[in-house]
Amino acid sequence: MAPITVTIKLFAHFRNGRFKEADHQFPPGVACREVILGLGFRLGEMGIVMVNGQHAPLDHPLSERDTLALFPLVGGG
Amino acid sequence: MDKILRVNMTDLTTAIEEVPAEWAGLGGRALTSTIVAKEVPPACHALGPNNKLVFAPGLLSGTAASNSGRLSAGAKSPLTGGIKESNVGGTAAQMFARLGIKALIVEGMPKGEGWYALKVSKDGVTIEEERGLLGLGNFAVIEALQSLLGKKTGVIAIGPAGEMRLTAANISVKDPSGKIRSHGRGGLGAVMGSKRIKFIAIDDEGAPGIQLADPEAFKNASRIFTKALMDHPVSGQGLPTYGTNVLVNILHEAGGLPTRNFTHGQFDGHEQICGETMHDTIVARGGKPRHGCHAGCVIQCSQVYHDKEGQYLTSGFEYETIWGLGANCLITELDDIAQADSVMDDLGIDSIETAVAFGVAMEAGILPWGDGKEVVRILREEIGKGTALGRVIGSGAGAVGRTYGVTRVPVVKNQAIPAYDPRSVKGIGITYCTSPMGADHTAGYTIATNILNVGGQVDPLKKDGQIELSRNLQIATAAIDSTGMCIFSAFPALDIPECLPALIDMINARFGAKLTGDDVTGLGKTVLKLERAFNLAAGLTSADDRLPEFFNSDLVAPHQAVWDFTNEEIDAFWDF
Ligand code: SF4
Repeated sequence: MAPITVTIKLFAHFRNGRFKEADHQFPPGVACREVILGLGFRLGEMGIVMVNGQHAPLDHPLSERDTLALFPLVGGG
Repeated sequence: MDKILRVNMTDLTTAIEEVPAEWAGLGGRALTSTIVAKEVPPACHALGPNNKLVFAPGLLSGTAASNSGRLSAGAKSPLTGGIKESNVGGTAAQMFARLGIKALIVEGMPKGEGWYALKVSKDGVTIEEERGLLGLGNFAVIEALQSLLGKKTGVIAIGPAGEMRLTAANISVKDPSGKIRSHGRGGLGAVMGSKRIKFIAIDDEGAPGIQLADPEAFKNASRIFTKALMDHPVSGQGLPTYGTNVLVNILHEAGGLPTRNFTHGQFDGHEQICGETMHDTIVARGGKPRHGCHAGCVIQCSQVYHDKEGQYLTSGFEYETIWGLGANCLITELDDIAQADSVMDDLGIDSIETAVAFGVAMEAGILPWGDGKEVVRILREEIGKGTALGRVIGSGAGAVGRTYGVTRVPVVKNQAIPAYDPRSVKGIGITYCTSPMGADHTAGYTIATNILNVGGQVDPLKKDGQIELSRNLQIATAAIDSTGMCIFSAFPALDIPECLPALIDMINARFGAKLTGDDVTGLGKTVLKLERAFNLAAGLTSADDRLPEFFNSDLVAPHQAVWDFTNEEIDAFWDF
């Protein structure tokens, strides 16, 4: 099956030494977890995981043209 | 012995009173709201002689407890027509507490056109006539008082906005670096202006200090509490590094960043104004990414922002202000927003109310979208000088909407809705509707659980669980606002089991009390209900617990979300 393209967005200190936004290719249905580990993160570092602007569990499968946004645990108010 | 200071501005007399037994266990918001509810006739004019302005440090203020230096101010609000409590950092709360001042109550109103200042010291409070500092901005007032009374003097002041009794006027409190923190919301500056008090100077020389009932127990609890603040990733790392402005990108991504006066949920210019960009800019220009609003803050969410030349421009530069002039008014120049922030501090005007008022003004065609330079000009030349246009904008978003016939006016109880769209973050919509304060995100910050995954997860786009979430957080917040704790201690309190018991242990060790968790929840409930009862007696009804109509009809992108709670569902909030 043809690979899918997913836009990955990183925030706060996740950007340090990595990137802000990049398109990556994966096998269809790849889980958020695998993408996160593939980027060199530990799962425990994840604060918020959003797919297309909605919170998603780590085993959420990704589809063509999805946007995956990763935030460390941060807050404000 | 703790005492109450009472100032009567009608006959210009002062008194020192004993603390009534029923007020002894109260502090901060619980005390200001109790006093306002007991002594202010709910139907009075907020700017008339029957309103009272009350200041009270929190229960733990003045102790070594981390983040406990918040001062509450309360009165009937001229903006909402209901009760108001607004709390602030700065140095005043700790000075009041060390002086044994449980509350300062200002009542009455002078008959003539004269202006006054209050001087608070170990001997009580005196009233003096004031001429020299009238018309001056807050920075000049603080500078003058520091050279007159010494660097350490505490200052609580109003700027020109408060002197003009504009309903967006705030009360400014000096922080440890001689800059400003604000009792921002609800127009309390106008109440202070109506009493014709330009400033309150505090001298804590010879203060008796705090006597702890059980110093050893206090120390232990305090250690656990501080450790929880430092260990939690939000208060320990996120807030200190990026400040509150880290929220721009998060809310943008979640589709809850109100943009162009609440017409969209995302802002194309978000990267230009976000916390990440601001952090890099601050570091590159030699500013300070972390800074505390009062001594003893271990989180330090604040920062010092320099201009292109590396000169001080502003501090306490918060997400809500940056959102309000940024996404909401489409301004992408962070330096323009910082400049406006500094001018608003100097004029003494609430940066949330004013930013939202500018969004409505842009919708009305008074100035172009995104024109940061014109915002700064209007602040200085129109609001600062009290022109008719300046007074309209300085009276808040509701006033601008009414004057110019705009229907998209984001207010609840006439107070501007802050930086989170209630259609795509539904829990916060319940807080906006039901808080006795009017639209106020801090009253029950559901963003923690709706968006930030703190204290669990409640889907922001669904209705399920939002009423309970907002209710639980509003009860907890009413209690925390009474302790003198900064609300950001709620992040660890929601996730780290030792945090809240340690807070209660500190209160017990301070007063020799035996409060339990249930007592603290009970206090929160009592405060909320007492505030609500005041509002009902003042003439507000459940029809005021509603979002503006456009939220029910206008879908907000990207999730095409609308506000879909029924009136009955909202009113069920009060079933407790
Ligand atoms: S965390 Fe921020 S608001 Fe809270 S006390 Fe510290 S500087 Fe002030």
